[in-house]
Amino acid sequence: MNRDPFSLWVYLSQSPLLWLTVTLLVYAMADAISIWTHRHPLANPVLHSMWIIGAFLKLTNTSYTTYFGGAQFVHFLLGPATVALAVPLYENRKVVASAILPMLVALAAGSVTAVASVVLLAEAAGLPREVVLSMAPKSVTAGVAMGISESLHADPSLTAVAVILTGIMGAITVTPLMNRMGITDYRARGFAVGIAAHGIGTARAFQVDAVAGVFAGIAMSLNALVTSLLVPLAVTFLLR
Amino acid sequence: MIASLSLILLCQLAGEALVRGIGVPMPGPVIGLMLLLLLLLLRDRFAVLARGPLHGDGVESTSRGLLANLSLLFVPAGVGVVQKLDLIVDHGVAFLGVLAISVLVTLLVTVGTFIVASRLMTREEDRP
Repeated sequence: MNRDPFSLWVYLSQSPLLWLTVTLLVYAMADAISIWTHRHPLANPVLHSMWIIGAFLKLTNTSYTTYFGGAQFVHFLLGPATVALAVPLYENRKVVASAILPMLVALAAGSVTAVASVVLLAEAAGLPREVVLSMAPKSVTAGVAMGISESLHADPSLTAVAVILTGIMGAITVTPLMNRMGITDYRARGFAVGIAAHGIGTARAFQVDAVAGVFAGIAMSLNALVTSLLVPLAVTFLLR
Repeated sequence: MIASLSLILLCQLAGEALVRGIGVPMPGPVIGLMLLLLLLLLRDRFAVLARGPLHGDGVESTSRGLLANLSLLFVPAGVGVVQKLDLIVDHGVAFLGVLAISVLVTLLVTVGTFIVASRLMTREEDRP
């Protein structure tokens, strides 16, 4: 048996087991608090898990690479979860089929707004060109956004930051905003948050309403396609 | 459950293979989503397909389980962001402000367009 607590820590802190456990444990607590507050927007489980684990890594002087060695098993499931969106889509196919036209129109308007607004605002705020380019694809899911950023010779890690922050902001603001506006059509609410705030918004939508979740999932997938075509165009037109 | 998970992974794998192989300009998992949807629809048409994970509630219940915890899957990437806080500090309030306004504008434009389009459509249908 190992008597030295420090060498035990050194061993454990390098193993995936510890960081996978920390990820699941912190999320389980954050999610329990979210349920306890009846899914209050500010009790967003992603937001709170993020900073608690981040602070823990800082305190223990653990690198993100070491942490990711354990957390990658969770991260990996993002792909299968995207495939799994086929099931709610299948179960709600009648609702979806009857809303094809509004979806396509809202997709066009929403994805153009997402890209154009961030590029124009960032330019107006006087942010450096490289930062503007890195922010442009912020409304699509991280993997796709980082690919777009790379093809623009921008900074993919800054893009990842913009993507996650956008997702969190969208997930927190969507419910109070839509309630304030008196919008009760959960198809429209879900679709909007899927366009604006990709998977984190979709996760929020599933917490609020199943139909909203389905529409958010469709919006997220479609937006990933449209934005990868749109961003290079927008950059040529808006940033001369 | 393992068979259902295998089917989901198989769809993703086929999606990735298509993306890399013939250069479809789409993320692999999105192609996987379409393949799984196609399988589910075909199952309703042809009873022969209703086996294994496609039988009963197999792949459906596994998928629902995955999606019920969708938030969790963003935590590892989110922690990466906390590690890059210096990037945000460098660009200051403008960076956060621009993102926040853009999110709100996008939400409002999308929801507005969707509702207007769906009202126009129902009015068309009501017309004799």
